[in-house]
Amino acid sequence: MVSFIVQRIAQGIVVMAAMSLLVFLGVYAIGNPIDVLLAPDATQEIRTQTIARYGLDRPLYEQYGQFVWRVLHGDLGRSFVFNMPVTDLIFMRLPATLELTLAAVLGATVIGIPLGIYAGYRPQSRTARWIMAISVIGFSVPTFWIGLVLILTFAVTLGWLPAGGRGETANLFGIEWSFLTGNGLKHLLLPALNLSLFKLALMIRLARAGTREIMLTDTVRFARATGQSETTIIRHHVLRLISIPLVTVFGLELGSTLAFAVVTETIFSWPGVGKLIIDSIQSLDRPVMVAYLVLVSLLFIAINFVVDLCYVALDPRMQKG
Amino acid sequence: MATGQLRRFWDEFAENKVAVAALFVVLALVALALLAPLIAPQNPYDLSSLVLSDSRRPPGFVGSKGFTHWLGTDAQGRDLLSAILYGLKISLQIGLSAGAIAFSVGASLGAGAAFIGGRFEAIAMRIVDLQLSFPAILLALVISALTGQGKLQLIVALAAAQYAYFARTAHGAAVAERSKEYVEAARSTPLSSLRVLFRHILPNCLPPLIVVATVQVANAIALEATLSFLGLGLPPTEPSLGALIANGFQYMLSGRYWISIFPGIALIVLIIAVNIVGDQIRDQINPGLRR
Repeated sequence: MVSFIVQRIAQGIVVMAAMSLLVFLGVYAIGNPIDVLLAPDATQEIRTQTIARYGLDRPLYEQYGQFVWRVLHGDLGRSFVFNMPVTDLIFMRLPATLELTLAAVLGATVIGIPLGIYAGYRPQSRTARWIMAISVIGFSVPTFWIGLVLILTFAVTLGWLPAGGRGETANLFGIEWSFLTGNGLKHLLLPALNLSLFKLALMIRLARAGTREIMLTDTVRFARATGQSETTIIRHHVLRLISIPLVTVFGLELGSTLAFAVVTETIFSWPGVGKLIIDSIQSLDRPVMVAYLVLVSLLFIAINFVVDLCYVALDPRMQKG
Repeated sequence: MATGQLRRFWDEFAENKVAVAALFVVLALVALALLAPLIAPQNPYDLSSLVLSDSRRPPGFVGSKGFTHWLGTDAQGRDLLSAILYGLKISLQIGLSAGAIAFSVGASLGAGAAFIGGRFEAIAMRIVDLQLSFPAILLALVISALTGQGKLQLIVALAAAQYAYFARTAHGAAVAERSKEYVEAARSTPLSSLRVLFRHILPNCLPPLIVVATVQVANAIALEATLSFLGLGLPPTEPSLGALIANGFQYMLSGRYWISIFPGIALIVLIIAVNIVGDQIRDQINPGLRR
């Protein structure tokens, strides 16, 4: 077990080193940020000064060395565009993304699992077919397109909900949150729905497959023989048995939802980190791009590590290997 | 596959009416895309043929050139029907090329790793696993941000984000094949290893790979549209369906829905049709689901 953890941590460090080098080289291979920073009529003197200030006149390996050194000290550099530390910038935007992601994943779970169980419990019913049709749409239609249709329907045509932005926020633990105000909730609803549809489809499929399988087992047959009601069987036996794979997927999907938030945030102008990265790619704000990519890789390695640990904890066979 | 087998495969396919309809839709869209230069009322890339005063007109508007814009015009005064036909061509082109490259690279890598074995197999498949733990959209986003705009860059980004699925599948199938007797027999002849790998092992790994391929082509088209929508795909001078949708997005809030909606409908019809055909092929190939 200990050797497994040590091995995985070592592997994580190697991956992070490789990722940071790739991202750094890749990001520095595109465009010239100085052209973005300065007005076209800037004098040569100002140009040279600016280049020197951002350390862009140094050789690449030196820039990378300095970058790694600063990252290890928790400094990811300053944004060219916002002229503030990247770490502050990302942490300022992070609550908006977390709020959106959690709302989407929770919504998908709370709505998807009952629908999936129903579809698995009565697979031939008309409702079940409708539920499966929704899941097919959620799977195959691109997220951004669903977002557009949601805006067109609920914001433009019906005028019920706002088309973008975070709305009013309220302060909790020193951080601004949208879900604490009525206006903020209204703003949160459409983006969260948009982001959750893919997860919803996934949850429906998993819950349906699990339920169908379990309904055929002896567990359900014996439970019925003891005279338990169908509701009790579903609540106590089916739900409990299908929850193990669902929890795993829930954890894994949190990470990919963060990635998909890039699309949803762009459509609904939700001021989170996803919107930040798209803006920074377009304005060639290198420090923000590098920092975002390094942080996201770190996040994914951490999530995979935790999931692996859970597997080891759940499956005793893994502990020997 | 022998002709008799193909025939049986088709007969089984034809039993599912929805799948046949979807296949028809896919073929029709491919035909429309190929014939775009002949049937489109306008060449949307020819900037000199665009009339700015015709821009953002609703469907059915008769433009100054004298023909009716059945689906309206976009912000540059392009006839949307023509733009969609050309966009369809670009989307299909990119989706198919990215899928084909990802298929060749991934299948060779996966089957090759299983064939060579040892440390190479361990390292290669570890990298593939690692890549699979990142969502494809994120990888495609990063790579296309790094490589910049352009058709070739986009295809590379999509293929790089997707080859891992093929590698994983090919590896799994090839591991099952490599210990079979026909492989041993082939290896005992003076045939080169490459020949054994590509002519003997790989063809037997094809069925699961074909299933992955249909799904991945649909995914590549969707990914390309997403990237273009985010402004990271193709330059706006040569818009794919995703770029057309993105161009129209800003006008949607003021009620000019058609600029985004019609390309979007074309896109989802294409993606859903490819997915339905893929599902049917999967059900037929997957022995676990066979009656």
